[in-house]
Amino acid sequence: MSSRRVSHPLFELSLARLREFLREPGAVFWTFGFPVLLAIGLGIAFRAKPPSQVRVAVVGQGAEVARTVERLEGARGVKPLRLSSAEAATALRSGKVDLIVDVAPPRDPSGAASHGPPRLIYRFDTLQPESRYARLLVDDALQRALGRRDVMKADGRPVSARGSRYIDFLIPGLIGLNVMGSSMWGIGYAVVLARRRRLLKRLAATPMRRSHYLLSFMFSRIVFLAAEVALLVVFGWLAFGVAVRGSLLAVAVIALLGSLCFMGLALLVAARPESTEVASGWMNATMLPMWLLSGSFFSYERFPEAVHPLLKALPLTAFNDGLRAVINDGAALWHTWPSLAVLAAWGVGAFVLALKLFRWQ
Amino acid sequence: MTPTVATADAFASDIAVRCVGLVKHYDDVKAVDGLDLEVRRGECFGLLGPNGAGKTTTVEVLEGLIRPDGGTVELLGHRWGGRHDQWLRERIGIQLQQTDLADKLTVEETTGLFRSFYPRGRGVDETLALLGLESKREARVHKLSGGQKQRLALACALVSEPELLFLDEPTTGLDPQARHRIWDVVETFREGGGSVVLTTHYMEEAALLCDRVAIVDLGRIIAEGSPDTLVAQLDAEQIVQLRVDGDLDEEALRGLAGVTRVDRNGGDGFRLGVSAVGEALPAILGALAAGGVTLEAMITKQPGLEDVFIHLTGRRLRDE
Repeated sequence: MSSRRVSHPLFELSLARLREFLREPGAVFWTFGFPVLLAIGLGIAFRAKPPSQVRVAVVGQGAEVARTVERLEGARGVKPLRLSSAEAATALRSGKVDLIVDVAPPRDPSGAASHGPPRLIYRFDTLQPESRYARLLVDDALQRALGRRDVMKADGRPVSARGSRYIDFLIPGLIGLNVMGSSMWGIGYAVVLARRRRLLKRLAATPMRRSHYLLSFMFSRIVFLAAEVALLVVFGWLAFGVAVRGSLLAVAVIALLGSLCFMGLALLVAARPESTEVASGWMNATMLPMWLLSGSFFSYERFPEAVHPLLKALPLTAFNDGLRAVINDGAALWHTWPSLAVLAAWGVGAFVLALKLFRWQ
Repeated sequence: MTPTVATADAFASDIAVRCVGLVKHYDDVKAVDGLDLEVRRGECFGLLGPNGAGKTTTVEVLEGLIRPDGGTVELLGHRWGGRHDQWLRERIGIQLQQTDLADKLTVEETTGLFRSFYPRGRGVDETLALLGLESKREARVHKLSGGQKQRLALACALVSEPELLFLDEPTTGLDPQARHRIWDVVETFREGGGSVVLTTHYMEEAALLCDRVAIVDLGRIIAEGSPDTLVAQLDAEQIVQLRVDGDLDEEALRGLAGVTRVDRNGGDGFRLGVSAVGEALPAILGALAAGGVTLEAMITKQPGLEDVFIHLTGRRLRDE
């Protein structure tokens, strides 16, 4: 018998998890590198910029075309381009211009060309907010240029609320996606791989407590969770000035509860499959709907009101809502209780079911 | 065969494994079909048989990994499924037929991890020395050769100083040198008083390591005894294998002087048990000439467990 002190199995198992993760460069990148790259990319694409110019293609024949371009050049926020009809159609389709102004020469009753106002046709995509905006702006500019006068006085005052930029919305969403993804892949994939390689069976033949094995995944995940969340919070703050208005403790509590909830789901998905392909399929089937529906990249308010209760019952929606309330609105932890309740319910339910279904070989 | 209760109790401490009427089926396939076996303490017991004979299923039932559909299993005097499960797991060492240990961990870390599961056992250093893995201490598992991986699997089984060791095809796929290293480890374990149950389809492995072997086919034991006893039962000093060109009836060879048994060996081959080679060979050649067939090849050799198996089942142990 050895006199050397033997460490606790839970400690050894957790240490093994940490080592396995850190020795897998791919896993490290997808957990830490990718979310930051995503934040950089989306942050740049949607950065707060002065209201962009509306690009307008002007097509048609005759002197009125040049005059229309001239009038639009004088208007603020409009950039007219003289294009052929074919070029303009392509430009509209690809989003290079938001609107086509089709200028027909004015006609007087006798049929000869005259110097009256031109007749215009606006061609635009009614589904695109930019297009609808461009039509209103261009129409207003041209009508004014031709002499229309306002009948009422109204001034605009810009408002900029804290935490209202897209990046402010995005960073909590990315944290949500990352916590879900790393918890689910980190646990689900590793468990199924160990089952396929019969490592689970080998471990089940030792006196190892099975709860220690499952707990070791949680402990090691929690270590990385702290790093993952801190990385995105600090990155959002340094690179984009996204401030955490609520308490950091509240952020930590929501992240921890969310992560535990997703770990429960991961164990449930990984409870039975023997092949990693099958497990990947289930993993994607679980996560993909939440990528789209849970308001990580865009608000779920855009979906019909009738389905909101369903969307709010998804764990990622609860996580995102809770985190945004704390980070963007500075809400206190207890105000996020509906989110916490949803996460706890999913987590407990999934854990209980996973333990019932779990197959060691 | 059925001892009285008093005798059973008296011998209980001498029995490492006892299993009676073991049955296990998967869907409609009977993997194990009424198997009895008894392994004494300090004994190395081999389960010998072709792939699919039920060896692995039997061993995994003994290891407590598979619940049998029928029959009883007793290890070191206790049954699985009760409050002795933990007690049993602490006292058995296991090498599964296939286990891929975590690729990214080192030899030392893997052994240390398994050590942490057991309340008693030997140190990691001592275990690695026992397996000759000291120089690979820092190597990650995926960098190891097949033989080294197998020794690491044995390190994980032996780090707890088990009383009873289960080895499921411990040397399959290894080169001769690696195989000998594994055999040495098993011998060392036995010298320390340990009991071993091993499965194999290598005859020489069974003959070398095992005190007793059971030949398993279709989920049953069809012969059991020491390797020498089983071979002696063939009643043959030599085995003569021959291949002929042409049709020859088995009966033409039966009853020849010195020939004790005749088995078909493939389409136009025969396998004869021979008690006196000097007498038998001329008689065999005479019978071939009389039958009008040409001798294409002939081998004579010492009989072994392979011949026992072929004699009992008419099949070879491994598909070649």
